[in-house]
Amino acid sequence: MSSGSENIKFHHALNVNDDLCTGCTHCMTVCPTQAIRITGGKARIREERCVDCGLCYKSCPVSAIFVEQDDFNDIFKFSVRVALIPSVLFGQFESRIPVAAIYQAIKNIGFTHVLEVENLCGTISEGYDRFTVKNPSVRPAISPYCPAIVRLIQVKFPSLTGNIIRVKPPTDSAAAYLRKKFAEQGGDPGAVGLFYVTPCASKIASVKSPVGETASLINGVINMDFLFNRITKALREMNSDQEWKDRDPHPSPENILWSLTRGESAGRKGRTLAVDGIRNVSEFLEQLEESEQSDLDFLELRACDESCAGGILICRNRFLAVERLNERAEAAAGESRESGTESTGIKEPYNHNDYRLGPIEPRSMVKLDDNITEAIRKMDKVEQLLRVLPGIDCGACGAPTCRALAEDIVQGHGTVSHCIFVQEWEIRSGRLSLEEADRINSSVWGEMRNRRSQKG
Amino acid sequence: MTLNYSISGGDFASAGNASSAVKSILKQLNIDNGTIKRVVISLYEAEVNVAAHADNGTITVDIDNVSVKMVICDSGPGIPDIELAMKEGFSTASAEVREMGFGAGMGLPNIKRNCDLLNIKSIPGEGTELNIEILLNQAKPTER
Repeated sequence: MSSGSENIKFHHALNVNDDLCTGCTHCMTVCPTQAIRITGGKARIREERCVDCGLCYKSCPVSAIFVEQDDFNDIFKFSVRVALIPSVLFGQFESRIPVAAIYQAIKNIGFTHVLEVENLCGTISEGYDRFTVKNPSVRPAISPYCPAIVRLIQVKFPSLTGNIIRVKPPTDSAAAYLRKKFAEQGGDPGAVGLFYVTPCASKIASVKSPVGETASLINGVINMDFLFNRITKALREMNSDQEWKDRDPHPSPENILWSLTRGESAGRKGRTLAVDGIRNVSEFLEQLEESEQSDLDFLELRACDESCAGGILICRNRFLAVERLNERAEAAAGESRESGTESTGIKEPYNHNDYRLGPIEPRSMVKLDDNITEAIRKMDKVEQLLRVLPGIDCGACGAPTCRALAEDIVQGHGTVSHCIFVQEWEIRSGRLSLEEADRINSSVWGEMRNRRSQKG
Repeated sequence: MTLNYSISGGDFASAGNASSAVKSILKQLNIDNGTIKRVVISLYEAEVNVAAHADNGTITVDIDNVSVKMVICDSGPGIPDIELAMKEGFSTASAEVREMGFGAGMGLPNIKRNCDLLNIKSIPGEGTELNIEILLNQAKPTER
C-alpha cells in the first residue's frame, strides 16, 4: 500500500486454503471492508483491511476459509491449565444438560480450572462508569467488547476511535485477574497456562495481536466448535445419573447474558442503543460520524447477528443458544431470590493497572494517500476510471466493485484492462492483443479457469 | 476536483445525501476529521434550507489542497433580509416544516459558525446562492 505509512503486521485468524479455494468470489462480495481480491484464481485477504468479522468464512461454499487454532495438546505444557470460557458456550448444549456437568466435562478433558469470563463483567461495568464520568464529552461511549467492531472503527471510522471505552473486554480482564491472583499465591507464573475458548475469529486475532495492549496474557486459543466436540464426547463418558456440583464462581444472571445483544446496554444508564450485525453497525456509524452532536450515552456494537450467539465457531442455531442462556439466567435469578443470597460471581473492584486498555489508534484504510494533493489527483483518476468502467460490480476483474478496481488501479494494483468489458473493446479496437488479454485473465483467474488458455 | 448534486424542495428524506457523499470523499482524501465535520454540518444545513424553502437546487463542491468550496443555488422565494436571516432563532419556515423538526432558525447561523467564508446572494422571488468556503487544516472547533 503506497498510502500507508505504517508498516505493522496484523495477525488474522482467517486464512484461505488454496487447495480448496475455487476463486468463486462469494467471500469477495460479502466482505464489509472490501478486503478480498481474487488473484491467480484464489481468494487473497488484504491484512490491513481485514477486521476478522468472519462473513467470508460463512459465505464460502467449499469451506476453503478456515480459522486457525492452537494445538490443544499445548495445554499439557502447563501444570495449571485454565479454560477461559465465554458463557455463550453453555448455549451450545440442550437445557437438559446441567451447567455443572459441562464444567466437569471441561475438567475431564484436561483442564484443572474453569473460569467463565463474564465473572469479570461487574468489574468491567465499574470501569465503564469511571470512563463515562472522567470523559463527559465523549458521547456516545462505545463498547470495547467486540474486537471486530474495534478494528472496523480503526480502519473505517477513525474519527470515532476516541469514543471507544478504554477498559479490557471480559476475556482480557479475566486473564489479567487470574495472572494477578496466581502471582499473589506466589507460584511459578510460567506454570500457569490460560486458554481461551473462542466463538469467533476476531477474538483469536485480538489475543494474537491485541489492540490497546502491549502483549496478551493468554497462552492459546481453542475454537469453540473443537471444544464442543470434546465436551460432548466427555459428557457421554460421564455417569448421567450422578448429580454434578461445581464450586466455581458463576457470573450474575445479568452478566450471563452480557455477550448477547443488549447484554451490555441493558445495564447502562442514560440513552443506550444496541446494534448487531456488521453491516448494520457500519450503516449506523456512518450516520453517527455525520451528526453534529449526539445525545446517545452508550453504544453496544456487535459484528455478528445475535452477537456472540451468532459467532462463526458456534455450532448450534443462534436463536436456540440465546434461549438456553436466557433460561440459565432466569434460573440463576430464581435461585438467588429463593436462597436470599447474592450470586456467586467474582467481586473484583475495578482498577486501572489491571483492567485499563491502552489507546486505540486510528489506522484509516480509506485514504488514497497521506498527501492531500496526491490524494486529490488519485481521486480524480478514480472518477475518470468510473466513467469508463461498466458499473455493474460483476467481480470478473478480481475486485469486488468497479470502484474498488478503480482505487486498486490508482494505487498501482491492476490495470483498466482487468475489466472484461474494457478488455473486449480494447481487443476489438486493436489496442490489446489476445495474448496480453490471456495473460491478464490468467493472473486473476489462474491458468485453469481462463478458457482461452485452456483451448490454447 | 468538482462534485455536483441536486436537491428537491420538500424532500427532507434526501437532505443529507450530498453531505454524506462529500464526507466519504473527504475521508479518502485524508482530510482531518475536524474539517470534515465542519463541511458536513455546513452542507447538511444548506441542504435542509433548500428542502425547506425552495422548489429545487443544485450543489457544486470544489475541492483542492487549500479549501473546500461549496456553491448551493436554489430557485425559491429568496431571502428579503439577509441580516435578519443570519440571526439565531429567526425563521420563516412553514408550520409544516417546523412540525418535522426543522425550521428552528439555526441553519444559516450554524453554517456561518462552521465555515471560514460565507457569501449569500439572494433575489426575492427568484432564488438564493450560497457560497461557503472551508479552509483545510484550520483548527476551528465545532464544539461550543
